[in-house]
Amino acid sequence: MMLSVVVGLTLSILPLPRWLDIARPDFLVIVVLYWSIMVPRAGGIALAFACGIALDAFQGVVLGQHALALSLATYVAIKLHLRIRIFPVWHQALTVFWLLVLYQFVVFWIDGATGHAITDYSRWLPALTGAALWPVFAGLLGNAYQRT
Amino acid sequence: MVAFRNAETRPILGRGPSPGLRLFFFALLSFGLMWLDQREGYLDGVRRGLSMVIYPFQLLVSSPGAVWDWVEESFATRERLGTENEGLELRLREADLKLMRLADLEQENLRLRGMRAATARIAERVMVAEIMDVDLNPYRHRVIINKGIGDGVFKGQAVLDATGIFGQITHAGEFSSEAILITDAEHAIPVQVNRNGLRSLAVGTGDLNRLNLPFLPTNADIKVGDLLVSSGLGGVFPAGYPVATVTKADKMAAQTLANVVAEPAATLDRDREVLLIWLTGVPAAEAAPDAAAKPPAVKQP
Repeated sequence: MMLSVVVGLTLSILPLPRWLDIARPDFLVIVVLYWSIMVPRAGGIALAFACGIALDAFQGVVLGQHALALSLATYVAIKLHLRIRIFPVWHQALTVFWLLVLYQFVVFWIDGATGHAITDYSRWLPALTGAALWPVFAGLLGNAYQRT
Repeated sequence: MVAFRNAETRPILGRGPSPGLRLFFFALLSFGLMWLDQREGYLDGVRRGLSMVIYPFQLLVSSPGAVWDWVEESFATRERLGTENEGLELRLREADLKLMRLADLEQENLRLRGMRAATARIAERVMVAEIMDVDLNPYRHRVIINKGIGDGVFKGQAVLDATGIFGQITHAGEFSSEAILITDAEHAIPVQVNRNGLRSLAVGTGDLNRLNLPFLPTNADIKVGDLLVSSGLGGVFPAGYPVATVTKADKMAAQTLANVVAEPAATLDRDREVLLIWLTGVPAAEAAPDAAAKPPAVKQP
């Protein structure tokens, strides 16, 4: 699990060309959501908070912004984890999409509150790409989960 | 790994606080952090610690690029190096020639300024820093450079490149620092029209090739092609370095403010290396906070 978190963190700052960068899924968020759906007692909200703080530090935004957003999204994921687990994979992706939108919304909201709102529509793109890639992530992480 | 394998089989009772309570606790913690962080300086220690933790990640991510550069450099052909060397020598000769005249002008300038008892601060020490190959938020113009507090970097330090002003340091970490570019929508730099000394602020737009000058009246004497240099007001940037060239100056009589757009002089999107400068007479401790260089709550028109 820790390895997947480290990989997620690395992927979230990997240099990418501009057009890909805008659509870069929130890798770390998806990893955290996956673990909180599959093994809610393992990392849970504490892990979400720690990863959020790491994201804040990387992006140099106000400390606690991504931490709050990720904690909230993880809370919802943990609350619904039994239901989400039995969904078919496309249905899971849809649920994850809404969780990512929730996450982005909190980030967006705090951006605005601290005085530098980004009002571009493309800022919601990562939620879309993240959800689209959910089956891939679930497959990869499921593989890792079975082997540990 | 082993610890959570049997997590599902543990008894229901005694599992610690419920998710709701945890969320409440961490949300409160987040709000507390944000509140403290917004008040400048309370969390600088924490940030420094965090920047040390994340530095290995940044190094790891930027290393493939660095290795590639190194390989390319060591396999550079002799001819290429030769032509490059010739070109550089030519430029050096030209620069030397200009410098000879400049020394004289500088003396004269100092004398004149001395008469007016207003000495402009000039760059005292320069250090080259490399931009690390790390992507931050695509909507913000920030870069990570590979010099930190250990090298004497401080918050609010001016950053230049070979052709103009690049930005300033927003967070100084132990080994690496974060710099904001002059085109970031949150940045503003005090400038002066080189031709006539007209002063204004150049505000970032979020577009790497554009700066706005939103506070100029329609009757201001500014036209396309004017060079904007830093005015040195605010104490962050040294005076007299090129910032941008005016590309558009719309003056509609019906409006009170002119619509002036300029293109940055620094090659913001292609830089690999930047220059950090230390100004004379500013000890690192009392370096002006970056708030001094920003107008309070600028609203984009």
